[in-house]
Amino acid sequence: MVLQLVRRTAVFAVSLVVASVVAFAFMSVLPGDPARVALGVNATEEAVAATRAAFGTDRPLVVQYLDWVGGLPVGDFGRSYVTAVDIGPQIVDRLLVTTWLVLSGMAVALVVAVPLGVLAAMRHRSAGGTVISAFSQVGVAVPSFLAGILLVTVFAVRLGWLPSGGWVPPAQDPVEFLRRLVLPALALGLVQGAVLTRYIRSAVLDVLREDYLRTARSKGLTPGRALVRHGLRNAAIPVVTVLGLQLATLLVGAVVVERVFVIPGLGSLLLDGVANRDLLLVQGVVIVIVLAVLVVNFLVDVAYTVLDPRLRRAT
Amino acid sequence: MTRTPAALVVGGAIVGIVVAAALLSFVWTPYDAVQVDPGTRLAPPGFAHWLGTDTFGRDVVSQLLVGARTTLFVGVVAVGLAGVVGTPIGILAAMGPPWLGELVMRTNDLVLAFPALLLAIMFGAVYGPSTLTAMVAIGIATVPSFARLARGGALQVLATEYVLAARSAGRPRTAIAVRHVLPNIAGLLLVQASVSFAIAVLAEAALSFLGFGTRPPTPSWGRMLQEAQQFLYLKPELALWPGLAIAIAVLGFNLLGDGLRDRFDPRLADRR
Repeated sequence: MVLQLVRRTAVFAVSLVVASVVAFAFMSVLPGDPARVALGVNATEEAVAATRAAFGTDRPLVVQYLDWVGGLPVGDFGRSYVTAVDIGPQIVDRLLVTTWLVLSGMAVALVVAVPLGVLAAMRHRSAGGTVISAFSQVGVAVPSFLAGILLVTVFAVRLGWLPSGGWVPPAQDPVEFLRRLVLPALALGLVQGAVLTRYIRSAVLDVLREDYLRTARSKGLTPGRALVRHGLRNAAIPVVTVLGLQLATLLVGAVVVERVFVIPGLGSLLLDGVANRDLLLVQGVVIVIVLAVLVVNFLVDVAYTVLDPRLRRAT
Repeated sequence: MTRTPAALVVGGAIVGIVVAAALLSFVWTPYDAVQVDPGTRLAPPGFAHWLGTDTFGRDVVSQLLVGARTTLFVGVVAVGLAGVVGTPIGILAAMGPPWLGELVMRTNDLVLAFPALLLAIMFGAVYGPSTLTAMVAIGIATVPSFARLARGGALQVLATEYVLAARSAGRPRTAIAVRHVLPNIAGLLLVQASVSFAIAVLAEAALSFLGFGTRPPTPSWGRMLQEAQQFLYLKPELALWPGLAIAIAVLGFNLLGDGLRDRFDPRLADRR
Protein backbone atom coordinates (compact mmCIF):
# COMPACT_ATOMS: atom_id res chain seq x y z
CA MET A 1 0.00 0.00 0.00
CA VAL A 2 2.87 2.39 0.82
CA LEU A 3 4.34 1.79 -2.62
CA GLN A 4 0.94 2.49 -4.18
CA LEU A 5 0.66 5.77 -2.25
CA VAL A 6 4.17 6.86 -3.22
CA ARG A 7 3.38 6.14 -6.85
CA ARG A 8 0.12 8.09 -6.72
CA THR A 9 1.84 11.01 -5.04
CA ALA A 10 4.47 11.06 -7.78
CA VAL A 11 1.80 11.03 -10.49
CA PHE A 12 -0.02 13.82 -8.64
CA ALA A 13 3.15 15.95 -8.45
CA VAL A 14 3.87 15.49 -12.16
CA SER A 15 0.24 16.35 -13.01
CA LEU A 16 0.51 19.57 -11.01
CA VAL A 17 3.63 20.63 -12.89
CA VAL A 18 2.20 19.78 -16.32
CA ALA A 19 -1.10 21.52 -15.51
CA SER A 20 0.74 24.69 -14.49
CA VAL A 21 2.79 24.59 -17.71
CA VAL A 22 -0.42 24.18 -19.75
CA ALA A 23 -2.17 27.06 -17.99
CA PHE A 24 0.89 29.30 -18.40
CA ALA A 25 1.55 28.34 -22.02
CA PHE A 26 -2.08 28.85 -22.94
CA MET A 27 -2.10 32.47 -21.87
CA SER A 28 1.39 33.15 -23.23
CA VAL A 29 0.63 32.09 -26.80
CA LEU A 30 -1.70 35.04 -27.03
CA PRO A 31 -0.70 37.51 -29.71
CA GLY A 32 -0.14 41.04 -28.46
CA ASP A 33 2.03 42.60 -25.83
CA PRO A 34 0.47 43.26 -22.39
CA ALA A 35 2.65 46.35 -22.00
CA ARG A 36 1.41 47.84 -25.27
CA VAL A 37 -2.18 46.94 -24.38
CA ALA A 38 -1.80 48.64 -20.99
CA LEU A 39 -0.34 51.84 -22.44
CA GLY A 40 -2.51 52.19 -25.51
CA VAL A 41 -1.57 52.76 -29.15
CA ASN A 42 0.06 56.17 -28.71
CA ALA A 43 2.75 55.07 -26.24
CA THR A 44 6.39 55.66 -27.14
CA GLU A 45 8.78 52.73 -27.61
CA GLU A 46 10.68 53.78 -24.47
CA ALA A 47 7.53 53.78 -22.37
CA VAL A 48 6.54 50.35 -23.70
CA ALA A 49 10.01 48.99 -22.96
CA ALA A 50 9.90 50.42 -19.44
CA THR A 51 6.47 48.93 -18.78
CA ARG A 52 7.61 45.61 -20.20
CA ALA A 53 10.50 45.64 -17.76
CA ALA A 54 8.14 46.56 -14.92
CA PHE A 55 5.77 43.67 -15.82
CA GLY A 56 8.75 41.37 -16.32
CA THR A 57 7.45 40.33 -19.74
CA ASP A 58 10.79 41.21 -21.35
CA ARG A 59 12.35 38.13 -19.78
CA PRO A 60 12.47 34.71 -21.48
CA LEU A 61 9.24 32.69 -21.12
CA VAL A 62 10.95 30.00 -19.03
CA VAL A 63 12.07 32.60 -16.50
CA GLN A 64 8.58 34.13 -16.44
CA TYR A 65 7.05 30.71 -15.88
CA LEU A 66 9.44 29.80 -13.05
CA ASP A 67 8.83 33.18 -11.44
CA TRP A 68 5.04 32.72 -11.65
CA VAL A 69 5.02 29.10 -10.49
CA GLY A 70 7.49 29.85 -7.70
CA GLY A 71 5.07 32.40 -6.28
CA LEU A 72 2.06 30.08 -6.27
CA PRO A 73 2.89 28.08 -3.11
CA VAL A 74 3.03 31.31 -1.08
CA GLY A 75 -0.13 32.70 -2.68
CA ASP A 76 1.73 35.15 -4.93
CA PHE A 77 -0.10 35.10 -8.27
CA GLY A 78 1.58 38.22 -9.57
CA ARG A 79 0.14 41.65 -10.18
CA SER A 80 -2.54 42.31 -12.78
CA TYR A 81 -1.33 44.07 -15.95
CA VAL A 82 -4.71 45.70 -16.29
CA THR A 83 -5.69 46.83 -12.79
CA ALA A 84 -2.22 46.80 -11.18
CA VAL A 85 -3.73 45.01 -8.17
CA ASP A 86 -2.19 41.92 -6.55
CA ILE A 87 -4.06 38.87 -7.80
CA GLY A 88 -3.44 36.51 -4.87
CA PRO A 89 -5.65 38.27 -2.27
CA GLN A 90 -8.49 38.63 -4.81
CA ILE A 91 -8.39 34.91 -5.55
CA VAL A 92 -8.37 34.01 -1.86
CA ASP A 93 -11.39 36.27 -1.18
CA ARG A 94 -13.37 34.88 -4.07
CA LEU A 95 -12.35 31.28 -3.39
CA LEU A 96 -13.88 31.58 0.07
CA VAL A 97 -17.23 32.60 -1.44
CA THR A 98 -17.14 29.79 -3.99
CA THR A 99 -16.19 27.28 -1.30
CA TRP A 100 -19.33 28.19 0.66
CA LEU A 101 -21.34 27.69 -2.48
CA VAL A 102 -19.76 24.35 -3.42
CA LEU A 103 -19.93 22.88 0.09
CA SER A 104 -23.55 23.92 0.63
CA GLY A 105 -24.39 22.54 -2.81
CA MET A 106 -22.70 19.27 -1.89
CA ALA A 107 -24.65 19.16 1.38
CA VAL A 108 -27.94 19.63 -0.47
CA ALA A 109 -26.95 16.92 -2.95
CA LEU A 110 -26.16 14.43 -0.17
CA VAL A 111 -29.32 15.21 1.79
CA VAL A 112 -31.36 14.56 -1.36
CA ALA A 113 -29.42 11.67 -2.84
CA VAL A 114 -28.60 9.36 0.06
CA PRO A 115 -32.17 8.61 1.17
CA LEU A 116 -33.56 8.66 -2.37
CA GLY A 117 -30.79 6.46 -3.78
CA VAL A 118 -31.07 3.88 -1.00
CA LEU A 119 -34.85 3.87 -1.24
CA ALA A 120 -34.78 3.52 -5.02
CA ALA A 121 -32.46 0.52 -4.70
CA MET A 122 -34.47 -1.21 -1.98
CA ARG A 123 -37.72 -0.70 -3.88
CA HIS A 124 -36.25 -1.06 -7.34
CA ARG A 125 -39.03 -3.35 -8.53
CA SER A 126 -41.88 -1.22 -7.19
CA ALA A 127 -43.55 1.96 -8.39
CA GLY A 128 -41.77 4.07 -5.75
CA GLY A 129 -38.36 3.07 -7.09
CA THR A 130 -39.43 3.81 -10.64
CA VAL A 131 -40.72 7.25 -9.65
CA ILE A 132 -37.41 8.09 -7.93
CA SER A 133 -35.46 6.87 -10.95
CA ALA A 134 -37.59 8.95 -13.29
CA PHE A 135 -37.16 11.97 -11.04
CA SER A 136 -33.37 11.60 -11.07
CA GLN A 137 -33.37 11.06 -14.84
CA VAL A 138 -35.19 14.37 -15.29
CA GLY A 139 -32.99 16.09 -12.69
CA VAL A 140 -29.86 15.05 -14.56
CA ALA A 141 -31.17 16.79 -17.66
CA VAL A 142 -31.68 20.17 -15.97
CA PRO A 143 -28.54 22.34 -15.99
CA SER A 144 -27.84 24.11 -12.69
CA PHE A 145 -28.25 27.57 -14.20
CA LEU A 146 -31.70 26.63 -15.45
CA ALA A 147 -32.58 25.27 -12.01
CA GLY A 148 -31.34 28.59 -10.62
CA ILE A 149 -33.53 30.63 -12.94
CA LEU A 150 -36.58 28.49 -12.15
CA LEU A 151 -35.93 28.78 -8.40
CA VAL A 152 -35.59 32.56 -8.70
CA THR A 153 -38.81 32.72 -10.69
CA VAL A 154 -40.74 30.80 -8.05
CA PHE A 155 -39.19 31.85 -4.74
CA ALA A 156 -38.00 35.37 -5.50
CA VAL A 157 -40.28 36.68 -8.26
CA ARG A 158 -43.59 34.93 -7.53
CA LEU A 159 -43.50 34.29 -3.79
CA GLY A 160 -40.98 36.95 -2.78
CA TRP A 161 -39.66 34.76 0.04
CA LEU A 162 -35.98 34.99 -0.80
CA PRO A 163 -33.69 37.49 -2.53
CA SER A 164 -33.02 36.79 -6.21
CA GLY A 165 -29.27 37.19 -5.87
CA GLY A 166 -26.34 39.00 -4.32
CA TRP A 167 -23.98 38.04 -1.54
CA VAL A 168 -23.52 39.01 2.11
CA PRO A 169 -20.47 37.64 3.99
CA PRO A 170 -21.46 35.44 6.97
CA ALA A 171 -19.49 37.61 9.41
CA GLN A 172 -21.43 40.69 8.39
CA ASP A 173 -24.98 39.34 8.71
CA PRO A 174 -25.40 35.57 9.26
CA VAL A 175 -29.16 35.56 8.61
CA GLU A 176 -28.95 37.50 5.36
CA PHE A 177 -25.97 35.31 4.37
CA LEU A 178 -28.11 32.19 4.71
CA ARG A 179 -31.09 33.75 2.95
CA ARG A 180 -28.90 34.52 -0.04
CA LEU A 181 -27.16 31.14 0.02
CA VAL A 182 -30.35 29.03 -0.08
CA LEU A 183 -31.32 29.39 -3.74
CA PRO A 184 -27.84 29.05 -5.30
CA ALA A 185 -27.10 26.07 -3.04
CA LEU A 186 -30.36 24.43 -4.08
CA ALA A 187 -29.68 25.16 -7.77
CA LEU A 188 -26.28 23.48 -7.54
CA GLY A 189 -27.25 20.75 -5.12
CA LEU A 190 -30.55 19.50 -6.54
CA VAL A 191 -29.02 18.81 -9.93
CA GLN A 192 -25.96 17.09 -8.43
CA GLY A 193 -28.30 15.25 -6.11
CA ALA A 194 -30.13 13.80 -9.10
CA VAL A 195 -26.83 12.55 -10.56
CA LEU A 196 -25.71 11.19 -7.20
CA THR A 197 -29.04 9.42 -6.64
CA ARG A 198 -28.39 7.26 -9.69
CA TYR A 199 -24.91 6.28 -8.49
CA ILE A 200 -26.03 5.54 -4.97
CA ARG A 201 -28.92 3.47 -6.28
CA SER A 202 -26.68 1.32 -8.43
CA ALA A 203 -24.02 1.00 -5.68
CA VAL A 204 -26.65 -0.13 -3.17
CA LEU A 205 -28.19 -2.49 -5.74
CA ASP A 206 -24.77 -4.10 -6.18
CA VAL A 207 -24.39 -4.53 -2.44
CA LEU A 208 -27.90 -5.95 -2.04
CA ARG A 209 -26.89 -8.85 -4.29
CA GLU A 210 -23.88 -9.76 -2.14
CA ASP A 211 -23.75 -13.02 -0.21
CA TYR A 212 -22.80 -11.33 3.06
CA LEU A 213 -26.01 -9.38 2.99
CA ARG A 214 -28.00 -12.58 2.52
CA THR A 215 -26.11 -14.04 5.46
CA ALA A 216 -26.98 -10.99 7.54
CA ARG A 217 -30.63 -11.40 6.56
CA SER A 218 -30.58 -15.09 7.49
CA LYS A 219 -29.28 -14.15 10.92
CA GLY A 220 -32.63 -12.45 11.40
CA LEU A 221 -31.83 -8.82 10.54
CA THR A 222 -34.51 -6.85 8.68
CA PRO A 223 -33.58 -5.76 5.15
CA GLY A 224 -33.10 -2.17 6.28
CA ARG A 225 -30.99 -3.12 9.26
CA ALA A 226 -28.83 -5.52 7.24
CA LEU A 227 -28.19 -2.75 4.76
CA VAL A 228 -27.30 -0.17 7.39
CA ARG A 229 -25.07 -2.53 9.39
CA HIS A 230 -23.26 -4.26 6.53
CA GLY A 231 -24.16 -2.78 3.18
CA LEU A 232 -23.77 0.98 3.30
CA ARG A 233 -20.11 0.91 4.20
CA ASN A 234 -19.37 -1.16 1.13
CA ALA A 235 -21.64 0.88 -1.08
CA ALA A 236 -19.79 3.98 0.14
CA ILE A 237 -16.57 3.15 -1.72
CA PRO A 238 -17.80 3.79 -5.28
CA VAL A 239 -19.91 6.68 -4.02
CA VAL A 240 -16.86 8.41 -2.51
CA THR A 241 -15.23 8.33 -5.94
CA VAL A 242 -18.26 9.90 -7.56
CA LEU A 243 -18.44 12.52 -4.80
CA GLY A 244 -14.86 13.50 -5.57
CA LEU A 245 -15.57 13.80 -9.26
CA GLN A 246 -18.72 15.76 -8.48
CA LEU A 247 -16.78 18.27 -6.47
CA ALA A 248 -15.08 19.22 -9.73
CA THR A 249 -18.43 19.45 -11.50
CA LEU A 250 -19.79 21.59 -8.66
CA LEU A 251 -16.82 23.92 -8.89
CA VAL A 252 -17.45 24.45 -12.59
CA GLY A 253 -21.22 24.60 -12.04
CA ALA A 254 -20.56 27.34 -9.49
CA VAL A 255 -19.00 29.47 -12.24
CA VAL A 256 -22.34 29.55 -14.03
CA VAL A 257 -24.55 29.69 -10.95
CA GLU A 258 -22.54 32.66 -9.65
CA ARG A 259 -23.48 34.41 -12.87
CA VAL A 260 -27.18 33.67 -12.36
CA PHE A 261 -27.19 34.91 -8.75
CA VAL A 262 -24.63 37.73 -9.13
CA ILE A 263 -22.33 36.17 -6.54
CA PRO A 264 -18.76 37.54 -6.34
CA GLY A 265 -17.01 34.17 -6.39
CA LEU A 266 -14.15 32.64 -8.31
CA GLY A 267 -16.31 32.16 -11.40
CA SER A 268 -17.28 35.83 -11.56
CA LEU A 269 -13.62 36.76 -11.11
CA LEU A 270 -12.68 34.48 -14.01
CA LEU A 271 -15.35 35.89 -16.31
CA ASP A 272 -14.50 39.49 -15.35
CA GLY A 273 -10.85 38.68 -16.05
CA VAL A 274 -11.71 37.41 -19.51
CA ALA A 275 -13.93 40.42 -20.20
CA ASN A 276 -11.12 42.82 -19.21
CA ARG A 277 -8.50 40.75 -21.06
CA ASP A 278 -6.70 40.42 -17.72
CA LEU A 279 -4.76 37.32 -18.69
CA LEU A 280 -2.60 36.95 -15.62
CA LEU A 281 -5.77 36.96 -13.54
CA VAL A 282 -7.42 34.37 -15.81
CA GLN A 283 -4.26 32.25 -15.61
CA GLY A 284 -4.36 32.46 -11.81
CA VAL A 285 -8.03 31.48 -11.50
CA VAL A 286 -7.60 28.65 -14.01
CA ILE A 287 -4.69 27.15 -12.10
CA VAL A 288 -6.61 27.39 -8.82
CA ILE A 289 -9.61 25.53 -10.29
CA VAL A 290 -7.42 22.88 -11.93
CA LEU A 291 -5.41 22.51 -8.73
CA ALA A 292 -8.60 21.99 -6.76
CA VAL A 293 -9.73 19.29 -9.19
CA LEU A 294 -6.35 17.53 -9.09
CA VAL A 295 -6.12 17.68 -5.29
CA VAL A 296 -9.62 16.24 -4.90
CA ASN A 297 -8.87 13.45 -7.39
CA PHE A 298 -5.66 12.68 -5.53
CA LEU A 299 -7.44 12.57 -2.17
CA VAL A 300 -10.11 10.28 -3.64
CA ASP A 301 -7.36 8.00 -4.95
CA VAL A 302 -5.72 7.90 -1.54
CA ALA A 303 -9.02 7.33 0.24
CA TYR A 304 -9.75 4.52 -2.17
CA THR A 305 -6.44 2.84 -1.52
CA VAL A 306 -6.85 3.13 2.23
CA LEU A 307 -10.57 2.20 2.36
CA ASP A 308 -10.66 -0.84 0.11
CA PRO A 309 -8.78 -3.78 1.62
CA ARG A 310 -8.73 -5.55 -1.76
CA LEU A 311 -6.77 -2.69 -3.32
CA ARG A 312 -4.47 -2.73 -0.33
CA ARG A 313 -3.56 -6.35 -0.86
CA ALA A 314 -3.19 -5.93 -4.60
CA THR A 315 0.10 -4.12 -4.16
CA MET B 1 -34.67 -11.15 -25.09
CA THR B 2 -35.07 -9.07 -28.22
CA ARG B 3 -37.52 -6.75 -26.46
CA THR B 4 -36.62 -3.13 -27.26
CA PRO B 5 -35.89 -1.24 -24.04
CA ALA B 6 -38.42 1.49 -23.27
CA ALA B 7 -35.60 4.02 -22.75
CA LEU B 8 -34.43 3.36 -26.30
CA VAL B 9 -37.88 4.07 -27.71
CA VAL B 10 -38.55 7.22 -25.67
CA GLY B 11 -34.99 8.53 -26.01
CA GLY B 12 -34.94 7.78 -29.71
CA ALA B 13 -38.27 9.55 -30.19
CA ILE B 14 -37.12 12.68 -28.32
CA VAL B 15 -33.83 12.81 -30.22
CA GLY B 16 -35.81 12.28 -33.43
CA ILE B 17 -38.00 15.28 -32.63
CA VAL B 18 -34.98 17.50 -31.88
CA VAL B 19 -33.31 16.42 -35.13
CA ALA B 20 -36.55 16.97 -37.05
CA ALA B 21 -36.89 20.47 -35.55
CA ALA B 22 -33.32 21.29 -36.56
CA LEU B 23 -33.86 19.99 -40.10
CA LEU B 24 -37.20 21.78 -40.39
CA SER B 25 -35.49 25.07 -39.49
CA PHE B 26 -33.43 24.85 -42.68
CA VAL B 27 -36.52 24.95 -44.88
CA TRP B 28 -39.19 26.61 -42.74
CA THR B 29 -39.64 28.68 -39.58
CA PRO B 30 -42.80 30.66 -38.77
CA TYR B 31 -40.77 33.90 -38.92
CA ASP B 32 -37.20 34.89 -39.64
CA ALA B 33 -35.52 33.82 -36.38
CA VAL B 34 -33.19 36.82 -36.26
CA GLN B 35 -35.66 39.43 -37.55
CA VAL B 36 -35.89 42.23 -34.99
CA ASP B 37 -39.35 43.81 -34.82
CA PRO B 38 -39.77 46.60 -32.22
CA GLY B 39 -43.51 46.62 -32.89
CA THR B 40 -44.05 43.17 -31.41
CA ARG B 41 -41.70 43.32 -28.38
CA LEU B 42 -42.53 40.79 -25.65
CA ALA B 43 -45.78 39.75 -27.34
CA PRO B 44 -47.75 37.11 -25.40
CA PRO B 45 -48.29 33.65 -26.88
CA GLY B 46 -51.10 33.74 -29.41
CA PHE B 47 -52.17 32.89 -32.89
CA ALA B 48 -49.56 35.07 -34.61
CA HIS B 49 -46.67 34.05 -32.35
CA TRP B 50 -47.38 30.65 -30.78
CA LEU B 51 -44.98 31.13 -27.88
CA GLY B 52 -44.79 34.92 -28.09
CA THR B 53 -41.79 37.10 -28.89
CA ASP B 54 -38.67 38.15 -26.99
CA THR B 55 -37.44 41.59 -26.02
CA PHE B 56 -36.35 42.34 -29.60
CA GLY B 57 -39.65 41.17 -31.06
CA ARG B 58 -38.13 37.95 -32.40
CA ASP B 59 -40.45 34.96 -32.67
CA VAL B 60 -39.70 32.42 -29.91
CA VAL B 61 -40.76 29.33 -31.88
CA SER B 62 -38.51 30.27 -34.80
CA GLN B 63 -35.60 30.85 -32.43
CA LEU B 64 -36.17 27.50 -30.72
CA LEU B 65 -36.14 25.70 -34.07
CA VAL B 66 -32.92 27.35 -35.24
CA GLY B 67 -31.50 26.88 -31.73
CA ALA B 68 -31.97 23.12 -32.13
CA ARG B 69 -29.76 23.35 -35.20
CA THR B 70 -27.05 25.19 -33.26
CA THR B 71 -27.22 22.67 -30.42
CA LEU B 72 -26.98 19.63 -32.70
CA PHE B 73 -24.22 21.20 -34.77
CA VAL B 74 -22.07 21.82 -31.69
CA GLY B 75 -22.84 18.34 -30.36
CA VAL B 76 -22.06 16.54 -33.61
CA VAL B 77 -18.76 18.34 -34.14
CA ALA B 78 -17.64 18.11 -30.49
CA VAL B 79 -18.58 14.45 -30.02
CA GLY B 80 -17.33 13.57 -33.50
CA LEU B 81 -13.99 15.19 -32.75
CA ALA B 82 -13.76 13.37 -29.43
CA GLY B 83 -14.65 10.02 -31.01
CA VAL B 84 -12.33 10.37 -33.98
CA VAL B 85 -9.40 11.40 -31.78
CA GLY B 86 -10.14 9.41 -28.65
CA THR B 87 -11.00 6.01 -30.14
CA PRO B 88 -7.71 5.42 -32.04
CA ILE B 89 -5.75 6.69 -29.04
CA GLY B 90 -7.55 4.21 -26.80
CA ILE B 91 -7.07 1.27 -29.17
CA LEU B 92 -3.42 2.20 -29.64
CA ALA B 93 -2.97 2.35 -25.88
CA ALA B 94 -4.44 -1.15 -25.59
CA MET B 95 -2.38 -2.69 -28.40
CA GLY B 96 0.88 -0.87 -27.78
CA PRO B 97 3.50 -1.43 -25.09
CA PRO B 98 2.36 -1.07 -21.44
CA TRP B 99 4.17 2.26 -20.96
CA LEU B 100 2.11 3.75 -23.79
CA GLY B 101 -1.11 2.62 -22.13
CA GLU B 102 0.03 4.14 -18.85
CA LEU B 103 1.03 7.40 -20.55
CA VAL B 104 -2.33 7.67 -22.31
CA MET B 105 -4.27 7.05 -19.10
CA ARG B 106 -2.24 9.63 -17.14
CA THR B 107 -2.67 12.19 -19.93
CA ASN B 108 -6.38 11.40 -19.83
CA ASP B 109 -6.52 12.19 -16.13
CA LEU B 110 -4.72 15.45 -16.75
CA VAL B 111 -7.11 16.54 -19.50
CA LEU B 112 -10.02 15.66 -17.20
CA ALA B 113 -8.66 18.21 -14.71
CA PHE B 114 -9.56 20.88 -17.28
CA PRO B 115 -13.38 20.71 -17.43
CA ALA B 116 -15.05 21.58 -20.77
CA LEU B 117 -16.42 24.85 -19.46
CA LEU B 118 -13.05 25.99 -18.15
CA LEU B 119 -11.30 25.02 -21.39
CA ALA B 120 -13.91 26.89 -23.42
CA ILE B 121 -13.47 29.99 -21.27
CA MET B 122 -9.68 29.75 -21.71
CA PHE B 123 -10.09 29.34 -25.49
CA GLY B 124 -12.56 32.22 -25.47
CA ALA B 125 -10.09 34.42 -23.58
CA VAL B 126 -7.34 33.74 -26.13
CA TYR B 127 -9.18 33.41 -29.44
CA GLY B 128 -12.42 35.24 -28.67
CA PRO B 129 -15.66 33.41 -27.87
CA SER B 130 -17.33 31.63 -30.80
CA THR B 131 -19.18 28.46 -31.73
CA LEU B 132 -15.87 27.05 -32.96
CA THR B 133 -13.98 27.58 -29.69
CA ALA B 134 -16.92 26.08 -27.79
CA MET B 135 -17.00 23.00 -30.04
CA VAL B 136 -13.25 22.44 -29.89
CA ALA B 137 -13.15 22.89 -26.11
CA ILE B 138 -16.07 20.52 -25.51
CA GLY B 139 -14.50 18.06 -27.97
CA ILE B 140 -11.10 18.09 -26.27
CA ALA B 141 -12.69 17.66 -22.85
CA THR B 142 -14.62 14.64 -24.18
CA VAL B 143 -11.62 12.85 -25.74
CA PRO B 144 -10.63 11.10 -22.46
CA SER B 145 -14.02 9.36 -22.11
CA PHE B 146 -13.66 7.85 -25.57
CA ALA B 147 -10.00 6.95 -25.11
CA ARG B 148 -10.66 5.25 -21.78
CA LEU B 149 -13.65 3.32 -23.09
CA ALA B 150 -11.89 2.27 -26.31
CA ARG B 151 -8.86 1.09 -24.36
CA GLY B 152 -10.94 -0.93 -21.91
CA GLY B 153 -13.05 -2.47 -24.66
CA ALA B 154 -10.03 -3.19 -26.85
CA LEU B 155 -8.20 -4.93 -24.00
CA GLN B 156 -11.18 -7.26 -23.59
CA VAL B 157 -11.39 -8.01 -27.31
CA LEU B 158 -7.63 -8.58 -27.55
CA ALA B 159 -7.87 -11.27 -24.87
CA THR B 160 -10.40 -13.35 -26.85
CA GLU B 161 -9.47 -16.54 -28.65
CA TYR B 162 -10.41 -15.39 -32.11
CA VAL B 163 -8.00 -12.48 -31.87
CA LEU B 164 -5.34 -14.89 -30.65
CA ALA B 165 -6.10 -17.05 -33.69
CA ALA B 166 -5.89 -14.05 -36.01
CA ARG B 167 -2.59 -13.06 -34.42
CA SER B 168 -1.07 -16.49 -34.75
CA ALA B 169 -2.24 -16.55 -38.38
CA GLY B 170 0.00 -13.55 -38.85
CA ARG B 171 -2.65 -10.87 -39.40
CA PRO B 172 -1.07 -7.41 -39.10
CA ARG B 173 -1.96 -5.32 -36.05
CA THR B 174 -3.86 -2.69 -38.00
CA ALA B 175 -6.04 -5.38 -39.57
CA ILE B 176 -6.82 -6.78 -36.14
CA ALA B 177 -7.65 -3.31 -34.87
CA VAL B 178 -9.95 -2.52 -37.79
CA ARG B 179 -11.50 -5.96 -38.42
CA HIS B 180 -11.88 -7.26 -34.88
CA VAL B 181 -11.46 -4.59 -32.24
CA LEU B 182 -13.42 -1.72 -33.76
CA PRO B 183 -16.60 -3.66 -34.71
CA ASN B 184 -16.70 -5.23 -31.26
CA ILE B 185 -16.46 -1.97 -29.36
CA ALA B 186 -18.71 -0.02 -31.76
CA GLY B 187 -21.76 -0.56 -29.54
CA LEU B 188 -19.97 0.76 -26.47
CA LEU B 189 -18.75 3.76 -28.44
CA LEU B 190 -22.28 4.49 -29.63
CA VAL B 191 -23.51 4.49 -26.03
CA GLN B 192 -20.68 6.83 -25.08
CA ALA B 193 -21.48 9.09 -28.03
CA SER B 194 -25.09 9.44 -26.91
CA VAL B 195 -24.15 10.22 -23.30
CA SER B 196 -21.40 12.61 -24.43
CA PHE B 197 -23.90 14.32 -26.69
CA ALA B 198 -26.10 15.05 -23.70
CA ILE B 199 -23.12 16.53 -21.87
CA ALA B 200 -22.18 18.57 -24.95
CA VAL B 201 -25.70 20.01 -25.15
CA LEU B 202 -25.46 21.05 -21.50
CA ALA B 203 -21.99 22.53 -21.99
CA GLU B 204 -23.01 24.48 -25.09
CA ALA B 205 -26.04 25.87 -23.28
CA ALA B 206 -23.93 26.90 -20.29
CA LEU B 207 -21.32 28.53 -22.54
CA SER B 208 -23.89 30.45 -24.57
CA PHE B 209 -25.52 31.48 -21.31
CA LEU B 210 -22.18 32.93 -20.17
CA GLY B 211 -21.54 34.52 -23.56
CA PHE B 212 -18.74 32.11 -24.48
CA GLY B 213 -20.58 30.09 -27.09
CA THR B 214 -22.51 30.92 -30.21
CA ARG B 215 -22.41 34.66 -30.93
CA PRO B 216 -25.46 36.77 -31.56
CA PRO B 217 -27.54 36.99 -33.64
CA THR B 218 -27.38 33.19 -34.28
CA PRO B 219 -30.08 31.78 -31.98
CA SER B 220 -28.99 29.37 -29.27
CA TRP B 221 -30.98 28.01 -26.37
CA GLY B 222 -28.39 29.03 -23.78
CA ARG B 223 -28.36 32.65 -24.88
CA MET B 224 -32.16 32.76 -25.11
CA LEU B 225 -32.13 31.80 -21.43
CA GLN B 226 -29.58 34.44 -20.58
CA GLU B 227 -31.60 37.14 -22.36
CA ALA B 228 -34.79 35.91 -20.70
CA GLN B 229 -33.21 36.16 -17.25
CA GLN B 230 -33.41 39.95 -17.43
CA PHE B 231 -37.18 39.72 -17.84
CA LEU B 232 -37.95 37.21 -15.10
CA TYR B 233 -40.11 39.73 -13.25
CA LEU B 234 -41.97 40.72 -16.40
CA LYS B 235 -42.17 37.59 -18.56
CA PRO B 236 -40.89 34.51 -16.73
CA GLU B 237 -42.20 32.15 -19.44
CA LEU B 238 -39.54 33.48 -21.82
CA ALA B 239 -37.01 31.51 -19.74
CA LEU B 240 -39.23 28.46 -19.64
CA TRP B 241 -39.18 27.60 -23.37
CA PRO B 242 -35.41 27.45 -24.00
CA GLY B 243 -35.01 25.82 -20.58
CA LEU B 244 -37.49 23.11 -21.51
CA ALA B 245 -35.81 22.64 -24.88
CA ILE B 246 -32.40 22.10 -23.23
CA ALA B 247 -33.77 19.72 -20.59
CA ILE B 248 -35.78 17.69 -23.10
CA ALA B 249 -32.87 17.36 -25.51
CA VAL B 250 -30.51 16.26 -22.72
CA LEU B 251 -33.11 13.84 -21.38
CA GLY B 252 -33.52 12.39 -24.87
CA PHE B 253 -29.82 11.75 -25.40
CA ASN B 254 -29.39 10.33 -21.89
CA LEU B 255 -32.34 7.96 -22.35
CA LEU B 256 -31.07 6.96 -25.77
CA GLY B 257 -27.68 6.19 -24.22
CA ASP B 258 -29.32 4.12 -21.46
CA GLY B 259 -31.44 2.27 -24.00
CA LEU B 260 -28.48 1.54 -26.25
CA ARG B 261 -26.51 0.29 -23.25
CA ASP B 262 -29.29 -2.12 -22.32
CA ARG B 263 -29.38 -3.24 -25.92
CA PHE B 264 -25.65 -3.80 -26.29
CA ASP B 265 -25.01 -5.07 -22.80
CA PRO B 266 -28.10 -7.00 -21.66
CA ARG B 267 -26.27 -8.12 -18.51
CA LEU B 268 -26.63 -4.59 -17.19
CA ALA B 269 -30.26 -4.28 -18.18
CA ASP B 270 -31.82 -5.05 -14.81
CA ARG B 271 -29.38 -2.88 -12.92
CA ARG B 272 -30.75 0.43 -13.97
